[in-house]
Amino acid sequence: MSTNLTLIVTASTLIGCGVYLVLERSLTRVLVGLLVMGNGINLLFLIAGGRAGNAPIEGTTPPSTMSDPLPQALVLTAIVIALGTTAFLLAMAHRSWQLNSNDDVQDDVEDASIRRLAAADEASDSHDLATGGGDDDPRVEEEA
Amino acid sequence: MVTLVAAHVGAALLAAPMVTRLGRRAFLALALVPLGSFSWMLWHTGEVRAGSAVVEAVEWVPSLGMDLAFRLGALQWLMALIVTGVGAVVLAYCAWYFPDDHVGLSSFAATFVAFAGSMLGLVLCDDLLVLYVFWELTTVFSYLLIGSDPTRRASRQAAMQALIVTTLGGLAMLVGMLVLGDVAGTYRISELLADPPAGPAVTVAIALLLVGALSKSALVPFHFWLPGAMAAPTPVSAYLHAASMVKAGVYLVALLAPAFAATPGWHEVVLSLGVCTMLLGGWRALRQYDAKLLLAYGTVSQLGFLLIVFSIGTRATALAGLALLLGHALFKATLFLVVGIVEHQSGTRDIRALSGIGRASPVVLATALVAGASMAGLPPLLGFVAKESVFASLLDVARDGDRPDISSLVGWLVLAGVILGSVLTVAYTARFLWGTFGSKPDLEPTPYAQAPAGFLLAPVVLTVFTVGLGFAGRALSVALAPHAAQFPRGVHDVELALWHGFELPLAFSAVALLLGSGMFVRRKDVAGLQGAASWSWTADAGYRLVMRTVDRLAVETTGLTQRGSVAAYLVVILAIVLLLPGAAVFTALDGPLDVVLWDTPAQAAAGAVIIAAAVFTTRSRRRLRAVMLAGVTGYGTAMLFALHGAPDLALTQVLVETTSLVVFVLVLRRLPDYFTDRPLSPRRYLRMALGAAVGSVVGLVMLVTTGARTAEPVSTPYPEQAVELGGGHNIVNVILVDIRAWDTFGEISVLVAAATGVASLLFLDTRSAGIRRVHEIPLPPSVVKISTDAGRRVWLPGPRTLPPDRRSIIFEVVARLLFPVLIVFALYLLLAGHNNPGGGFAAGMVTGLALMVRYLAGGRYELDEAAPIDAGVLMGTGLFIAALSGLAPLAFGGTVFQSAQVDVALPLLGNLHLVTSTIFDIGVYLVVVGLVLDLLRALGSRIDRQILRDERDAEQAAAL
Repeated sequence: MSTNLTLIVTASTLIGCGVYLVLERSLTRVLVGLLVMGNGINLLFLIAGGRAGNAPIEGTTPPSTMSDPLPQALVLTAIVIALGTTAFLLAMAHRSWQLNSNDDVQDDVEDASIRRLAAADEASDSHDLATGGGDDDPRVEEEA
Repeated sequence: MVTLVAAHVGAALLAAPMVTRLGRRAFLALALVPLGSFSWMLWHTGEVRAGSAVVEAVEWVPSLGMDLAFRLGALQWLMALIVTGVGAVVLAYCAWYFPDDHVGLSSFAATFVAFAGSMLGLVLCDDLLVLYVFWELTTVFSYLLIGSDPTRRASRQAAMQALIVTTLGGLAMLVGMLVLGDVAGTYRISELLADPPAGPAVTVAIALLLVGALSKSALVPFHFWLPGAMAAPTPVSAYLHAASMVKAGVYLVALLAPAFAATPGWHEVVLSLGVCTMLLGGWRALRQYDAKLLLAYGTVSQLGFLLIVFSIGTRATALAGLALLLGHALFKATLFLVVGIVEHQSGTRDIRALSGIGRASPVVLATALVAGASMAGLPPLLGFVAKESVFASLLDVARDGDRPDISSLVGWLVLAGVILGSVLTVAYTARFLWGTFGSKPDLEPTPYAQAPAGFLLAPVVLTVFTVGLGFAGRALSVALAPHAAQFPRGVHDVELALWHGFELPLAFSAVALLLGSGMFVRRKDVAGLQGAASWSWTADAGYRLVMRTVDRLAVETTGLTQRGSVAAYLVVILAIVLLLPGAAVFTALDGPLDVVLWDTPAQAAAGAVIIAAAVFTTRSRRRLRAVMLAGVTGYGTAMLFALHGAPDLALTQVLVETTSLVVFVLVLRRLPDYFTDRPLSPRRYLRMALGAAVGSVVGLVMLVTTGARTAEPVSTPYPEQAVELGGGHNIVNVILVDIRAWDTFGEISVLVAAATGVASLLFLDTRSAGIRRVHEIPLPPSVVKISTDAGRRVWLPGPRTLPPDRRSIIFEVVARLLFPVLIVFALYLLLAGHNNPGGGFAAGMVTGLALMVRYLAGGRYELDEAAPIDAGVLMGTGLFIAALSGLAPLAFGGTVFQSAQVDVALPLLGNLHLVTSTIFDIGVYLVVVGLVLDLLRALGSRIDRQILRDERDAEQAAAL
């Protein structure tokens, strides 16, 4: 099966640019990157389906000249899901802006606290639970 | 026997409501369940004595060969009698021990009964895997019972410690069981014992089983959890940690000894650890001031003793072990219950604070004296009978070689260890009795409230057995003989009896008593010696060290791998993409490549535009520009779709791209113009390199893989199938609504979830702010309404709610003209989509565009005029219709998502060809329309309101 170089170069560029953007901090930029990368990946499906042809509509063209309909159905699903992703990430960006006045993707707070424990050579809360470190339940002190 | 266990489960379920209603009296009713089981066991004594086991089996998990098999032999009979008998007595005792308003009493009762049921199941079941299930159930219930007061740190800690230690052993045991069952080809215990397998795998399996048994029975080095478990209420200590659960390990060793005592390592491990435990427990018991802890260390010591005896594996030791097992359960439970009474009535169990209790309560003193005497091995009690026969049986091993694989030296060493242990036992028994009940000259008598008779009943009943069974040696020997008979006949025929004549065992007993009493009399010197010989390192500290190491390791590993940054994770993933498929593709590049530049030159033109737009997108620092450029790549991709022969894709891509752009703009109006005001970081070069590398690798992979394709596409028969089975000519649409309808259904569910997520992020509390029609809205303050003639209509009703400077009359006219056209076009796409480009997705997007035009032209009230319906209702209806159309074929004997074709002759219109999958497509259509409507309401109307409110607030702030 011969390969269409134009499509491959276009798809690679889209994916490369998408990767660059996705590694950013701003959620809007990450989202744009996802969309660009998604376009490239949709093109990959097209490439995998083989050479260009006529629209896969039975009766208007003979099956031998049709483009492959299966990857098209898969891509169609992907396009619509991308709309859902866009909307959801935008809503998240908006919420993040409302709360923090920026739309940066934050580092995980729990992970950061575990890294602090690791740096300080300390054990975690679960260790206290297993060996009884920590204080008695405050409820008791209140009663006392 | 299944019924007995089930009765316990039922009682456990009923326990909580019973306690809530009846208070602590419910314990008396609950005690009837183990009592009934106890009677059932006694009822079957005849069969057990005759050596014919009672057997039951119910199929449970046939694929694992796991049956609820139960078998009542002599060993099981004795264990079950202890478990049910002591269980009933202790439950009755609870009725006096707890006050009615004890926190968590109902759950305590339920857990306690559930534990009794699991313990009964453990000793009766005849399947290794089922035994494991019951084993771990007892662990879990023990955890809950030890930690029954979760507000106390000590009890939380002790519960966790017991859980970790015994579960660790349990897991090792499970592995051992699996190996054993695999080698033998059966998990049925009776079959394993009848035909024991052998070999290195079995040796390992038995060693693992022993780990489980030793941890459960608190042998060195696992012994430390048992004293900790004394944080539990006293009934729990008496039942779980003296009579039943800690005996599970002893039971397992007793069960396996007939078949596996000759396994390499068996005697070495159990005998050495057993002697260590017996001595260590006794030694530690002599240092305790808490009466309960003293007894707990005593239990540790006795458990070591029991395991020594059961592990040896001769007819004499087996019988002696059973007597010891019974004797220990009776006297130790009694002593714990006695401590409970003393603590309950006097408020303390510290033997330094207690004085004169014996004088104040002669009944309690009497039971404690009898039980203590049995523990120390005084005639004529069961403890004496048992100890005598243990000495005799060990003497047989050491002197007469009753067990040939144990050397005489080891036999003597074990015997010496056991006698020394007995000396310590006598000493700590005396310490316990004197400490708890004695009248100390230098202490005021401790105030003691007389206990009600019912409270005293439980220890008295157990004491009666201790005394009575001392005289029933012969009957016991007969009843337990079937278990002992599994071993070959020993050098002497044995029988449990009070009087064996003046022989060495009697001398051993006398020595133990004399030396033990001597240690008690010289207790000051002993304490001094102990203080001098104390060592600071304890197993408990070892446990803490291990736990801390494990936790530190976890923290370090997590800290190293969980960076918490999305970008860091992505870099790792992408690096793997470069390394694995990237490396593979370079090795595959040497083959011939069949490459064409393009299928049509127009592709190259579109490609060039896309590439330029993509590159500029990455360089853009303004949000809106980046979004617009990304949109260009999207439209360009649509162009490529069209050129490739994919009109459905091109249509949908254009529609989605347009909708996305509008949605972006709606949100971006709230966000700053520029992405960031941070200076450019040098790390961007790394990102660039990574992006370029990933893009290149993906391109190369595509180049190689498409060239390597040899198989026929799966879609080759689709054109024919689409018409014949799917009833449609547009193959892509038939794939979506028929061939791969499940995928599409999943996809629209995702859309509903995404829309719901958007709405929750914007509306936060309620989904919609309510739909209001234009005539309910007052005019903006700057607008004066001029009455118009009847019949004159406006282009759109909504814009009158807008301030005049935000209106565009041209846009309103265009929207007015465009809306009906778009709706008709959408309906055409929906109905024609099965045979021509179109379908539910495209139709839904076009309808969404029509709504969007109305919203942009007339504001949020215009949107409500255009679609006065809640988006959630629309999406729900769509999902419901799609699901219904998928399920409906079932009603006609078809399969889910099967299509049917109907031809209807309509007057005037001619023949109408209907395919049922169109109904599914209508569901898809509604979901998509609902999605767009939801986005407009959330990201459009809602943000409009927020902007208005912000402006109003700013004005008010300025006015102030």
